[in-house]
Amino acid sequence: MRHATKVAAVVAAAALGLAACSSNDTSGSSSTSAGGSSSAAAGKKIVVGIAYGVGGRGDQSFNASAAVGLDKAKADLGITYKEATQVNGESEAATEERLQQFVDAGATHVIGVGFAYAKAIGAVAKANPEVHFAIIDDASADSAGPNVAQLTFAEEQGSFLVGAAAALKSKTNTVGFVGGVATDLIKKFEAGYIAGAKAANPSIVVKSQYLSQPPDFSGFNDPAKGKTAAEGLYQGGADVVYHAAGGSGSGVFTAAKAAGKLAIGVDSDQALTATPDVRDVILTSMIKKVDVAVYDFLKSGSEGKDITGNKVYDLKAGGVDYATTGGKVDDIKAKLDDYKAKIISGQITVPTKP
Amino acid sequence: MSTFSPRKALLAIAAPALALIVAFVVTSVILLAFGDPVVEVWQTILSAPKPRQFVQIVNGATVYYLSAVAVAVGFRMNLFNIGVDGQYRVAAFAGALFAGQAWFPGPVNVILTIIVAMIAGGLWASIAAYLKVKRGISEVISTIMLNAIATGVVQWLLLKVAVKQPGSNTITTKPIPESSQLDGLSLIPGAANKVYTLLLLAILVGSAYWFIIGKTRFGFDLRATGRSETAAVASGVKVPRMVVTTMVASGALAGLIGMPLLFGQDHNYGTTFQAGLGFAGIGIALLGRNHPVGIAFAALLWSFLDVQSNALQIRAGVASEVVFIIQGVILFAVVIAYELIRRADVRLEQQRVARELSAVSPDAPSVEGARA
Repeated sequence: MRHATKVAAVVAAAALGLAACSSNDTSGSSSTSAGGSSSAAAGKKIVVGIAYGVGGRGDQSFNASAAVGLDKAKADLGITYKEATQVNGESEAATEERLQQFVDAGATHVIGVGFAYAKAIGAVAKANPEVHFAIIDDASADSAGPNVAQLTFAEEQGSFLVGAAAALKSKTNTVGFVGGVATDLIKKFEAGYIAGAKAANPSIVVKSQYLSQPPDFSGFNDPAKGKTAAEGLYQGGADVVYHAAGGSGSGVFTAAKAAGKLAIGVDSDQALTATPDVRDVILTSMIKKVDVAVYDFLKSGSEGKDITGNKVYDLKAGGVDYATTGGKVDDIKAKLDDYKAKIISGQITVPTKP
Repeated sequence: MSTFSPRKALLAIAAPALALIVAFVVTSVILLAFGDPVVEVWQTILSAPKPRQFVQIVNGATVYYLSAVAVAVGFRMNLFNIGVDGQYRVAAFAGALFAGQAWFPGPVNVILTIIVAMIAGGLWASIAAYLKVKRGISEVISTIMLNAIATGVVQWLLLKVAVKQPGSNTITTKPIPESSQLDGLSLIPGAANKVYTLLLLAILVGSAYWFIIGKTRFGFDLRATGRSETAAVASGVKVPRMVVTTMVASGALAGLIGMPLLFGQDHNYGTTFQAGLGFAGIGIALLGRNHPVGIAFAALLWSFLDVQSNALQIRAGVASEVVFIIQGVILFAVVIAYELIRRADVRLEQQRVARELSAVSPDAPSVEGARA
């Protein structure tokens, strides 16, 4: 037993030794990258480091939307970028280190996609006052700082519009809501949806169901659960179901298709992004324009007018909206646009808590 | 055992060297197969860490070390506590909850919290111990189930006690008071971040583990039970009592895993608290051969790979998860290498004994024979 421990000791020693050996050549390359960053800053060129949440660029939803904004900024503004994705279950130190790595690699603007980056953005922004930071979906003191843009969305306003659409389209006088995870963020969607439905039809019944409770975030990525929940709502008399459940939403669409009922998408225009065979059940989608927020942040940066503090992307700022793809809401578009105008003018205040 | 033999030293180097080479080759082949830049990946992983990354390596290793010792205590008596993962989460939650109440001033709060966490971890582990001793249920099965139950219980309780700060979407326990937050030790020059103060706790735990397992009656009984349960029973060891004590001790140690994170970094227990530490500990204990110093090196190696892989996405455009392949292959390779080396060792020993037997009197090698 004991000689084995010596063995293990040597493994580790050898590994660390190897690391030391190779240090010479790589330290050279790291210093050149530092030089590159200063010359980039002199050219007033934006170098972006974007840190996605778990799922990354390919999640077809939230992170993907941020990537769209980034790609647009690359095409329009000529920015360069480096990307990284959060590893599930990592330590806070690893999250911070990722952001610091961007700074080391010469990033002038660092974006954390999702509230899981809140603390890390706050800490790294403090340590690097010359770099600009943005966080999506967090406006807490954790991430606040003089060089931090907190980009949040008025999800309740967009949800109000699709709630009104659901109520106007419902024949059974009952509509449903499927929330991914019962966080305050998703409750904003629910609150807006209920308010919108009641505004369009005061006697409407709204049934809500959540797929998981935090800190269990599986509800955002479990189509089977989404399908079961939606089936229950359809059987309970609902004929339109709105989901704010990320990846679980595909299950909601499947259930709608099987029941011959309607569903409402979220975040992206899902009549364009969902699998083709279920697109015809999508009445509309509540679009949360993360891409607009990301693009705005970078555009302002390129003009030297960096956004700081909490910026709320509401209907007025074009941060949320309802989708018209498929033409299913064309007949009620006038009514929805009327609500939209009333929200923008402040005539209607949408609640954020159900 | 204490005598140094060049042959043994050579064999001791051979096993890990073999494992590292195998890990290097296998990972390179996988990277090549997927068309990833092999050279850049190794350059990134094997580059010299910056001072702040040294701090992260030490901090990561501190947590891994505690986890691996918790696992190793069980391993030494053939008790597979797969439940360290659940035990540390239950304990970290209980500790964070207690510390957040700020019932006691600064350092007293820290010490009491550590005790609370040990009790919580020990109690959670005692369920598996009870099931094994009284109902004959394999601790492997029960601890795996208890991990899942721990997830549910902690989630449910966290929802009950969570405090919300405006504008935030995360859910956490009440933050511990500032007077109880441990700022850290400035051990590494040139680094802005600091080494966890509770590195001292890990050193203390390692020393205590070395002393208790190696130098006490209890440790002897524990090892004896691990080697041969029947022989232990015959020599008067009460095995059921040993099972309960060891399992609870393992759970109590698991309770310490989250403490450096709680006091040195997160300051609360919430949705972003580091996960999966208990499972990492199993691998590290295996790599470190359950030895207090071996585990320390294994934990450092693991943490080194973790920290160095963070830059992979940014510098080489390769997912950081590559490091899981490297770690997995090292584990596989090292387990196989230890076994091969052990066999080679036995063969060489036999050859030597045979040689000596044919050369000198037949009673000479008996001392060596007892050692093998």
